[in-house]
Amino acid sequence: MIEVQHVTKRYGRVTAVDDVSFRVEPGEILGFLGPNGAGKTTTMRILTGYMPASEGRATVAGYDVFTHPIEAKRRTGYLPETPPLYPDMTVREYLDFVARIKGVPSGERAARVDAVMRRTHVADMAARHCGKLSKGYRQRVGLAQAIIHNPDVLILDEPTAGLDPKQIIETRALIKELAGDHTIILSTHILPEVSQTCQRVVIINKGRVVAVDTPDALTSRLRGSETMYVQVDASGADASAALTRVPGVRRVAESDRQGGAVGYEIESDTGHDVRRELARAVVGSGWGLLELRPMRMSLEEVFLSLTTEDVPAAAAEPAVAEVVSE
Amino acid sequence: MSNILAIANKELRSYFASPIAYIVIGLFAALYGFFFWAILQYFVAQSMQMGQFGMGPQSMNVNQQLIRPLVQNVTILVLFLMPMVTMRTYSEEKRSGTIELLLTSPLSDFQIIMGKFLGAMALYLVMLAVTLIHLAILFVYGHPEWKPILTAYVGLVLLGGCFISLGLFISSLTKNQIVAGVVTFAVFLFFWIITWIGSFSGPTVDKLTTYLSIIDHLDDFGKGVIDTTHVIYYLSFITFGLFLTAKSVDSERWRG
Repeated sequence: MIEVQHVTKRYGRVTAVDDVSFRVEPGEILGFLGPNGAGKTTTMRILTGYMPASEGRATVAGYDVFTHPIEAKRRTGYLPETPPLYPDMTVREYLDFVARIKGVPSGERAARVDAVMRRTHVADMAARHCGKLSKGYRQRVGLAQAIIHNPDVLILDEPTAGLDPKQIIETRALIKELAGDHTIILSTHILPEVSQTCQRVVIINKGRVVAVDTPDALTSRLRGSETMYVQVDASGADASAALTRVPGVRRVAESDRQGGAVGYEIESDTGHDVRRELARAVVGSGWGLLELRPMRMSLEEVFLSLTTEDVPAAAAEPAVAEVVSE
Repeated sequence: MSNILAIANKELRSYFASPIAYIVIGLFAALYGFFFWAILQYFVAQSMQMGQFGMGPQSMNVNQQLIRPLVQNVTILVLFLMPMVTMRTYSEEKRSGTIELLLTSPLSDFQIIMGKFLGAMALYLVMLAVTLIHLAILFVYGHPEWKPILTAYVGLVLLGGCFISLGLFISSLTKNQIVAGVVTFAVFLFFWIITWIGSFSGPTVDKLTTYLSIIDHLDDFGKGVIDTTHVIYYLSFITFGLFLTAKSVDSERWRG
């Protein structure tokens, strides 16, 4: 539904987006994740036809956004970072105007406006001027204008920014609801948002895509090795030597100590499940096995490790390789 | 076409939703009224003098002695007030971010620019329409010819179009309304006074400045003459202003 191929955008000497490629399948919600200034908004603006790319091409619903902008725009709904409202229009007037310029036929316009107002829960504000709306309502009217022409593709730039927690939950629910009929790209720098609403994530940093995957796979796969947490009651003895001897284990580090119970973080080779051997080693030595669980990186940690400077090359490599293969 | 009208309608409504339309129309009507009254007083005084010399008031031509100077003076009002109308057209959309809505909607740049142009033109026509009250008074008490008045108004409409197209262009260059307004005013003023250097700068410069002067072309319209030279001057001025606006909007898009 959306295809971005080697898109680069330069402002003078600054490269805001550098060779970004990804695709979004119909009906999917794709999260666009990155720190502020990573190039999320620029990529979205290129996709919506607001500005052209310096290099590369992007297609929306089969139309190249540069060579066929009108067709592509007709199929795209866009909510910019600040909802583009005219303060001196009422909500109804505003939505009617947007419906007109988005090409909704005049006969269907009133019905469409009513329908989106109901869907985004702004009907009670229909006669209120846009300039007098609260932040939450502005965001929802912004969402209403994005879906008014029933576009195939929805592009939402930080749709929950500046909302209170209740509004955030409502907005996320609304976005999920919309996913059935629309293909959605949403950008955010809030991580839980991605794991809660998106099926796939593109992590972008300094204009480059650093990873594309599902939120779950990202958290579990983005390490060169797997880590287990084992808590052992060795009644005073040092269990680390025994644990290190287990085949496949690379490194054992003591992480905490509570009375007789000692916790260890054990790194092992990827794809090598060492849980059975670890359990056997502990129990076989006559110690008590109190806890044994795999440790996964939270999305936060993944994000930080991908977007901070000193990324271990091995950790970032598999993700990048996958982007290229896509 | 429907898209152009949608934008024009939105523009016109936003003028009337803010104080701009009322201030501009109100000031224009008040000052036009003052000019009308002052010139009429002068005209009446002249007529009485003529009468004392035994030439009779008939020798005074309402069109020549009243309408023509009136139109000349009204251009000053247009010069002062039009920057207030055009300064916000693009600047405000850029500042508030609504330009993103327009540029990501299935509209061509041409449709957006024409919509904004026609919206401002509509407001200008409302301004001119208010002045018809004064002319109606003339028709009640005198016998002016209506055709030269019509041509004078055609000239005023064309002149307004020039100011608006240039104002649109200047507004498209900045996010700041005040900057747009001040620059627009300065440029208008320049086109107004450009002939001042003509008289003592040699015949070539004189010809050039007279041709460029936005005001000198209006004189024939006031006399009741529609000269295609002037019509072409105004239409090409408008087209050029709109062309510059289109280029400015497009280059803004590339620069981001």
